[in-house]
This record gives sequence, structure tokens and C-alpha cells, in this order.
Amino acid sequence: MSGKRTTDPHSGTETTGHEWDGITELDTPLPRWWLWIFYGCIAFAIGYWVLMPSWPYPGGYTKGLLHNSTRAQVAVDLAALKAQRAVQGQALTNASLEQIEKDPKLQAYALTLGQITFNENCTACHGHGGTGSKGYANLRDDVWLWGGSLEDIQTTITHGIRSQDPETRMSKMPSFGADGLLKPGEVNDLTEYVVALSHRKASAGAVARAAPLFANNCAVCHGPEGKGNQAFGAPNLTDRDWLYGPDRASIHDQIWYGRGGVMPNWGARLDANTIKALTVYIHANAGGS
Amino acid sequence: MSSSPSSGSARTIVDTGGAPILLIVAVLGALLFTAATALSQDPLFQFQGAIFIIGFLGGAAALTWGLSAGRFKQDASRYTDGVIKAGVIATMFWGAAGMLVGCIIAAQLTWPTIFYFPDYGFLNFGRIRPLHTSAVIFAFGGNALIATSFWVVQRTCKAKLFGGMTAWFVFWGYQLFILLAGLGYLMGITQGQEYAEPEWLTDLWLTIVWVAYLVVFLGTIWKRKEPHIYVANWFYLAFIVTIAILHIFNNLAVPVSLLNHRSYEVWSGVQSAMVQWWYGHNAVGFLLTAGFLAMMYYFIPKRAERPIYSYRLSIVHFWALIFIYIWAGPHHLHYTALPQWTQTLGMTFSIMLWMPSWGGMINGLMTLSGAWDKLRTDPVIRMFVASLAFYGMSTFEGPVMSIRAVNALSHYTDWGIGHVHSGALGWVGFVTFGSMYCLVPWLWKKDGLYSNKLVEWHFWIATTGILLYITAMWVSGIMEGLMWRAYTPQGFLAYSFIETVAAKHVEFMVRLLGGLMYLSGVIIMIYNLVRTLGLPSSERANHPAVALPAGLAFAGE
Repeated sequence: MSGKRTTDPHSGTETTGHEWDGITELDTPLPRWWLWIFYGCIAFAIGYWVLMPSWPYPGGYTKGLLHNSTRAQVAVDLAALKAQRAVQGQALTNASLEQIEKDPKLQAYALTLGQITFNENCTACHGHGGTGSKGYANLRDDVWLWGGSLEDIQTTITHGIRSQDPETRMSKMPSFGADGLLKPGEVNDLTEYVVALSHRKASAGAVARAAPLFANNCAVCHGPEGKGNQAFGAPNLTDRDWLYGPDRASIHDQIWYGRGGVMPNWGARLDANTIKALTVYIHANAGGS
Repeated sequence: MSSSPSSGSARTIVDTGGAPILLIVAVLGALLFTAATALSQDPLFQFQGAIFIIGFLGGAAALTWGLSAGRFKQDASRYTDGVIKAGVIATMFWGAAGMLVGCIIAAQLTWPTIFYFPDYGFLNFGRIRPLHTSAVIFAFGGNALIATSFWVVQRTCKAKLFGGMTAWFVFWGYQLFILLAGLGYLMGITQGQEYAEPEWLTDLWLTIVWVAYLVVFLGTIWKRKEPHIYVANWFYLAFIVTIAILHIFNNLAVPVSLLNHRSYEVWSGVQSAMVQWWYGHNAVGFLLTAGFLAMMYYFIPKRAERPIYSYRLSIVHFWALIFIYIWAGPHHLHYTALPQWTQTLGMTFSIMLWMPSWGGMINGLMTLSGAWDKLRTDPVIRMFVASLAFYGMSTFEGPVMSIRAVNALSHYTDWGIGHVHSGALGWVGFVTFGSMYCLVPWLWKKDGLYSNKLVEWHFWIATTGILLYITAMWVSGIMEGLMWRAYTPQGFLAYSFIETVAAKHVEFMVRLLGGLMYLSGVIIMIYNLVRTLGLPSSERANHPAVALPAGLAFAGE
């Protein structure tokens, strides 16, 4: 406070003479190593500015002696990647789906591409490995809503289900309960009927009452025996595979609301080769009809 | 309600530090928001309005009670310490709360199917992650800075806080801001900008509070009785002024309507990104660095009872730091739509920032030379030393990560998370804990802490926790960075994103363990501080920290 400079007994350095709340300061010069590294960093920065794009000016910026451009570089990198992929990509383009499956080398290539494509794009809904979940089809079994042949799979991927694509796979199960097409009691009876279809115990009275309801409302898509129809994406009701769940509540909800999921038309996002590879990958991992 | 002051003659006007004005403001505020909430059609606006109404009514009630009970009589012979006590309590409360939320989100990332509550949307990771970051940075860090700055500026200026009750307005106004922001996130009110999530109404309120803070701080410096301004106050002032500027420019937005919670930013596209990271990086630079350096510059020499190592270094590194820091933001946007020249500048300024940052570390560590023996006997000093070590490490790591080639690997990975936590847990956390361990006995006039042994436990548990945390994040960050860029020989990406997430499971568990250890340390600390409050009062006159300004005597009671 007073401005009296004293010498610190420990370091032998003078203080500045300032004092605040008992705190004083030594008049130590800047550490040499600190100063030189600081200068070194500044020198590095200046060197970097000279070599690389750095300072702006009205209408442009300094391009740097190296004329480095990340935009140009990414174009080069992408072209190189394209060339790397083209080696076997052309073979994929020329071959039909069946031919790809028969040629082990080509198939291995398609599976590699298909797997990464699947993992990046399909797992969000169909699950890691394609095992599906409630509302999203399991792609690892041999149960297919819209057909499991190579061509069927390719069509589903390309045009999607209930998507914006004009050629999309399309069907709409009516909301029998929500839209008042059937009375609540009738939906309950039908639920029992569907349970019975899949070879489980159900109320015999309800099943008997629901038989004409099923014939009039459901059989047109699901078939008189409930075995489904892949042309409409109508599931087989006699097996153990349930898109929206096997329990009575889930079946009831499905009849009541008639839910139908949407799958994007990947043809708008993936190129033809990638879809081919994805088709082969899915086909190979499933039961393979 | 004790008897009124001695002066017996006529009625004297008692200085209540502007409490009646605050009362009027609170009543008007409550009326304004009652009207606005009634008129608004927007449930989220009404939610904010309700918080404002409760806040203003609570303030009005407390002011009415205080005025009638004669609680606000200003005593010019004493430092304003009540608000600092409140700040210390708020710091510890928000610290524990914010770190607890941090542990919850760490558990959500580790076991996303177990810690997932579809029926409670407000517990979704997306909602409580900003709750965690804001709680620790702004609620814990902000309160620590406000409280310590009020202590430091009074002691080093030998002046009572300027503005009477304004300091209390700053404190409670800031808590209201925290509630508006935090509860707003849970309800889904956010503008989706990292560390700047609060919407326009909350932003405006913070601006008012912050300007009041600036007025209190500058006013106190203005009426100081010391010829020079102490270095800690330079750093506090740089922090307050720069945060005000950053906050205002990054939140320039047009509300959908004055009765709607939502707004749209005036910046768009890459300009918006640039302003956002100019803000984001300098929130780190001026709040988490400059502000806490101010704390360091007071509490370390005070605790060690040693002079600051180098006055010259403090000047040079202060100006270098604030000049260079403000340019470094673009390093958050490497390899994006940001023009390459801007990335170059961000990177080179970040590299030049290395030594100016280290200036603070050198000055802090070298101040301890001559007091190294205290490292053995005083665990609080050990905490300060560790904080400077973590500060030095993360301010070296930062420039390294800003190098574009390094950033190509580290960006978007857990390495970044590890980096901020070595700074936040190691530097910001430890320097705050050290300062609080000093402040509590000083403020409540105790001879010392309840238990140094518990400080020791806190130190070791927390240090181990930090090391577990940051090493886990280095490992997982570098691993996922390498996995993201791996290609198959045919030229396809080798791993999908979800595979890189699955690969980090063990590291995530270690991270959670580290976080839980750090949180346990804080709980030990709170216990220790609460027990300290129960100790008998020391003889205040013997205590150097409560020495009054020259020429001012204790008010006789």
C-alpha cells in the first residue's frame, strides 16, 4: 500500500511495494523459458499463416504459399475412394442378384458392402443384426411380410413400404375399432379368434361368434385360413411371428387401430449397387426363400 | 426486532441499501408477469411466467419482512458478507446437484435401456444433459465466482460492496435465472445451442442481473481505498465484461411473440455456428479460465502466506490471455462449412494461447515456493496445487487438440469430454473447493475447518475419480475416433456408429465410477463444512481475514 519495496527473504527478490489485504508481489522477471516458448508459438503461427489460407481482406482471403484447400482435398479423396470401390463395383453392376450369390468372390464383396450399409441405415429400426423389435420386422428369420425372394427384397428396399415413392408397397389395415367398423365386443371376439388361429387356447364361444366376422372382414387379405398374403403385406396369423406382439392386448390393439409402419424408399438415398449389395446381405442372413 | 439505533433526536432516515426500490421492482415484476401469463396462449411461456411470479412474490415478501424487521440497515463499517455466505451455500448446493445429474446421464449412456424412463420425458438424456452442464458451469461455477469476487473485491479494495442491496439482487436474481434455465430444459424450453440453451426471456433476465453485477463490482473498484487494482480484480472484471458481451451477441434473437417462449436467432447457418463457438469457447476462456484464475490469484497467496511470484508475469499473461483467447473459437468448427482461413486463425491463436495460459499456472505454483512444506500439512494447499496441475495439463491439451490434424481424430469423440472434465473437475472444481475451504472459516469466523482429515479424504477420492474419468475418456475417445475413420480394403467404412458405441461400454462404466467418486468427495466436503459451522466462534479481532479498512472501527453493539 505504502509503495515501500522490501526484499523477500526466501527468494531474495524485491517486492513491487504494492500490498492488498496482506498480499504482496515479487518483482520477478518473466521466466526465460516461458517467454521463448511463447515467441516460438507466435513464430509458428506466423509461418502457418504464410503457408496456409489465413487472413481475410475485403472480397477474399490470403491463399497461402501452399495453396492448400480442404475443399479441393476432399474432392480428391472422394475420387480416390470411388476408384477403390469401382474395382469390384463394376462387377456388381453387371451381375444379376442371382449371379452375385453364385460367385463367392462377388458375394463376399456384396456382403461387406451390404453389412456396413445395413448397420448404418437399417439398424435404427430393424435392430443390430436385423433381429427386429415391436413394429419392426425381424429380418433374420424366414417370415416375410412382402416376400423374401431376392427380387421382393430389392423392391421393398428400393420403393419402401407406405413411403412417398409412387411405386411403394402399399396396404392399409382398417382401424376396425377406432373407426367404428366393428363393435367393441366384436373386436374382443376377433381377438380370441386370432389367438385360436395361432394354435393357442381361446374362448370357444368367442371364436364361434367371430368366425363370420373374420370371414367378412379379415379373410380378404389374411385369407380364409388366416395364412396371410404377401401381395398385401398381410401377415400369416397362424404362425408364432407377430409384428406388434403376440399377447391378447397387442392383438386387440392391432384390430382396433390397424397400425401400419412406414419404411423409407431407399432408392432415393442409396445407389443401385448399394441396394443390390444390401439385398444380397439381407437375403443371406435370413432363412433365404 | 431489536431496539432502534442509539441516535435519539428526530426521526433519522435509515439507509436500507435501496431495499424499498427493490420491493417496488419485485411487486411490479409480479404484476407484469401475472398479466403476461394470463394473456399468453403458450403453456411453456406460462410455465416461465409462473416461475417469475413465484420469484418476484418471494422477493417482495422477504423484502417486506426485512424492512419491517429492520434487517437491511446498512453498516458502513462492515464488509458486506451476508451475500457471500449465501453464495457459498448456493455454490455447494448447485455443485452437488449438478454433479449428481452428471452421474445420472453417465449411467444413461452406460445402460441406456435401464436408465430410460419413457413415462418421464423430462428425464430423457437430451433434457438433463444441458441441465448437468448448466448446473455445473453456471450454477456451481457462476455462484462460486460471484461469491468469491464479492469477497476479494472488498478485501483488496478496502471498500464495502457498492450499491447496498444490489448485491442481494444479483444473488437472488442469479438463482432465479438458474431455476428458469434448469426447469425450462426439463420442460423442453431450449434454443438448442450448447451452453446457451436458455430462451430469450431467461436471457433477458440474466442480462439485467449481469449488468447489476457489473455495477456492483465496478462501483466497488471505483471507491477503493487502495492505489492499485489487484490482479485478481483484473481477471474478475475481464470475466464479467466479456461474459456480458458474449451472452448478448450469441443470444440476439427475435421472439415469436412477446407472449411466446420461443425465439429465432438473427444469425443463421455458418454465421450462427461461428458466433455460437465464439461464445462457447470464450465462456470457457473467460468464465472457466479468467474467472477462476482470479480466485487463484487471491486464495493461493492468502493461504500460503507468500507473495505473488511475478507481478510482470501477471500483467503479461493477463493481457496476452484476454487478447488471444477471444480468437480461438473457430477450432470448434474444424472441417465444417466454416471457411478454411477462419479455421487456420482459430487453430494458430489456440497454439499461441498455450504460454499465456501457463503464465497463471507458473505464477500460482511459484507463489508456493517458500511454502512447499505446507503441502504436507495443509490439504487445502494440496488441492490448490492439484488444481494448477490439472489447469496446466488441460491448457496444454487444448492447443494440441486445436491442431487440425489432431482435431480430425479427436473431434466429436469422448476425448473432448475428457478434456473438459480435466479442466472442470481438476481445475475449476479443485480451485473452488480450496477457496470454499478457506472462505467458510473466514466468513463464519471459525479458527479452522472441522476436520483436515476429511479434506484429505476429499482430495484423494476426488483426484482418483478425476484420473479414472479422464483416462477412460482418452481411451474411449481415441478408440472411437480410430474406429470412425477405419476403412475396409474395398473402401467401405469398417464400423457402423452403433458398433463404436458398444465398444465403449467398459470405459463408460469407469467414467461413471470416476464421477461417483468425485461426487462422494463433494458430499464429504459439504459434511465437513456444515460441521465447521457448528464450531465455536473464534476471536474475530485476531483473524487477519476480517481486518477492517483503515480508519473504520467496529460498530459498537
